[in-house]
Amino acid sequence: MLRFIARRLLETIPVLLIIITATFFMIRFVPGGPFTAEKAVTPEILRNLEAHYGLNQPLYRQYLDYLGSLLHGDLGPSFKYPNRTVNEIIGDKLPVSLELGFISLSVALALGLTLGVLAAIRRNTWIDYVCSSAAMIGICVPTFVLGPLLVLTFAIHFGWFNASGWYTPIDRVLPCLTLGCVYAAYIARLTRGGMLEVLNQDYIRTARAKGASETRVIFRHALRGGLLPVVSFLGPAIAGILTGSFVIETIFQIPGLGREFVNSAFNRDYTLVLGTVILYATLIIGLNLVVDVVQVWLNPKLKFE
Amino acid sequence: MLNRPCLALLTAALLFAGCTKQESPASAGPGLAPRKVLRYGNGAEPQDLDPQIVTGTPENRLITTFSEGLVSEDPQMNIIPGVAERWEISPGGLTYTFHLRADAKWSNGDPVTAQDFVQSYQRELTPAIGSEYAYMLFNHVRGAKDYYDGKIRDFAQTGFQAPDPRTLVITLRQPAPFLLHAMNHYAWYPVHIPTVKKFGGLDRRSTAWTRPENFVGNGPYVLKEWKPNQIIVAERSPTYWDRARVKIDEIDFYPIELADTEERMFRTGQLDITNEVPLTKLAVYRREHPESVRVDPYDGIYFYRFNVLRQPFDDVRVRRALALAIDRESLVKYVTLADEAPAYSFVPPNLLGYRSEHAFKADPGEARRLLAEAGYPGGRGFPRVELLYNTLEKHKTIAEALQQMWRKNLGVDITLTNEEWKVYMDAQHSHNFQFERAGWIADYVDPHVFFDLWETGNGNNDTNWGNPEYDRLLHSALATSNNPDRFAIYQRMEKILVDEMPVLPIFYYTRARLVSPRVRGFFTTPLDNFSWKYADVVP
Repeated sequence: MLRFIARRLLETIPVLLIIITATFFMIRFVPGGPFTAEKAVTPEILRNLEAHYGLNQPLYRQYLDYLGSLLHGDLGPSFKYPNRTVNEIIGDKLPVSLELGFISLSVALALGLTLGVLAAIRRNTWIDYVCSSAAMIGICVPTFVLGPLLVLTFAIHFGWFNASGWYTPIDRVLPCLTLGCVYAAYIARLTRGGMLEVLNQDYIRTARAKGASETRVIFRHALRGGLLPVVSFLGPAIAGILTGSFVIETIFQIPGLGREFVNSAFNRDYTLVLGTVILYATLIIGLNLVVDVVQVWLNPKLKFE
Repeated sequence: MLNRPCLALLTAALLFAGCTKQESPASAGPGLAPRKVLRYGNGAEPQDLDPQIVTGTPENRLITTFSEGLVSEDPQMNIIPGVAERWEISPGGLTYTFHLRADAKWSNGDPVTAQDFVQSYQRELTPAIGSEYAYMLFNHVRGAKDYYDGKIRDFAQTGFQAPDPRTLVITLRQPAPFLLHAMNHYAWYPVHIPTVKKFGGLDRRSTAWTRPENFVGNGPYVLKEWKPNQIIVAERSPTYWDRARVKIDEIDFYPIELADTEERMFRTGQLDITNEVPLTKLAVYRREHPESVRVDPYDGIYFYRFNVLRQPFDDVRVRRALALAIDRESLVKYVTLADEAPAYSFVPPNLLGYRSEHAFKADPGEARRLLAEAGYPGGRGFPRVELLYNTLEKHKTIAEALQQMWRKNLGVDITLTNEEWKVYMDAQHSHNFQFERAGWIADYVDPHVFFDLWETGNGNNDTNWGNPEYDRLLHSALATSNNPDRFAIYQRMEKILVDEMPVLPIFYYTRARLVSPRVRGFFTTPLDNFSWKYADVVP
């Protein structure tokens, strides 16, 4: 297993390099730059600004310089926010996105697994219909509808919460619930499908024939196999959920990384785009590796190869 | 076992229920007068708080809270003293002598001196810091451009002089009759030089001097807290010279980009003043809470720009036909909805008393005649025209309404294309468009702002249009010291614009926002500047 992990980690280096290179050049070839504004900057001022950020150097030189600073862990200064570096911005925003992500993920798993398992073991009964319908609604209703609906009901009508913000612990409830519900819907459907497939397997019949209790059959034997599709889904989903959600962060005014990731591209904040892309890529690669390891652990038919 | 996740959820819910909502804004300890706190939705997250680095409206609002310039404007747009208690202008209008008040202080207690201003201007004109508004100084002040371009090294040779700590003399390269109004722009504000030096020096762009723990300002409020993308807290300054007039103890600025989010926060009482109002909600508020709706004129024009080098807009008859064929009254009444004034000229109404005498009138019959004369009777043979706008629902709706009017009144079909903001801006500045949406907001209150724009080769003209007589008049207006004569020249310039129509005026902007009835004395100028020292809140 260690050899497998070491090899996968080594493979990560060229993958990241390709991602960095592609992003670096793609964002430079997009029309408009960090200083393109409605009130045009005069040519002499633009020249000075470009000199300050090294944009007057040939592109290959800028690329090599960027890689050089990256090796020292320096993601560069932000173009949009002159008094902050990209390292600082990520350092500030990532913990917020992580907090939002972890709570939402807990909500998603708690709700999704419960609904999925219930629907599978009570297949074709009203419980199944209720759970499956709830999951289908969760998938169909986008966060920018669910979020404001929750705010209208619980913040404006009942007055229990603030409409938005990230100031006190209670401010976490509505955004985490919104984000959690969407993922819960997917998890519920995948759990139900996975469980149904496993519950028809011979080894489940064997377990029942041996007199194992229904609870033991479900949680000890079926759930482990039933969760395989959920685990595959969770790899990229966790990366997405942890690095923030642009929509949720904007609706609820949360100072997370998701907004920076999207806005940096709109602002042509070259260094911030690269910084957030590198972080995203690393997380996705890392979590996919974790998923592969967990899958082998869950499914004895798979091997580290 | 099944219930374990549910239990976890329940526990979490109980934990959250134990927490409280945001603290009440007027809270104070027992026996103390309630602390007056105002919560304001400030649009986007500010880039920085350094007046010599930033550009933009949210930044403007913050900088005018934490800093003050030589002069200020009252609610009627009269120039009133700021750091300068009085000033003299030389007979030719080239030399301005400002006398600084003795009690003007920085938030650390240092006196605000004339040398602070001179050194701040020197910093702004230092190429290495890349100040985007440096042109506001070097377009007017003698020697400033040469210093910026490195042609002179000694700043003492420029038109900025401080003969003593309380006297500042500014000498211009040519008269600028609007200079005092222009000086309300934060590009003319001072920075605390020792603080800037301490955190990196006068020639460094990105430094930490604007962090709350380092910031020193000279405005009515001091920076207490800045949590990026969350909140900026301004606290009443104990050293500000006019502190007796300041009534609100604390102003919380919330960076909220989404008008819908702001509106929801206003409804739950989290905000006292919003930055804007969602258009779809404006009518509802007017009906149900008229006391909360505030619509003010805003010195800016919404227009469509022609590229006069591209067919068919190289023909002035086509440009005029399009301008005369639309019904602006219906547009502002049914589409834009915020009491905008239809634009039949190029300068917002009543700007320092300037009123356009050459406004044109909508005339679909004349528009059809012009179009036929240009070779497109009834719109037949009209080439493909693409109207470019930046992706935003409001611009789309306006473009669709106008597209319909042109189809109905002229028989021409205009194709609509939208692009993301920077792509659209890039197309505009590189003149890679045929016809596009545009807007222009004045930097200072004077009609000059709207005439300067159309000078041949002006960096923001972007129409490829130019007229030597127009340029000559623009320069002669600057040399005219009294406003009536100057405005008479502007009337002649406006006649040229109406005749040649390089852009198509649509409406003059307004600013709509929600203001809680607990806010008193809140006013905004036509540049949407407001001095917080006049405002108050009741608990």
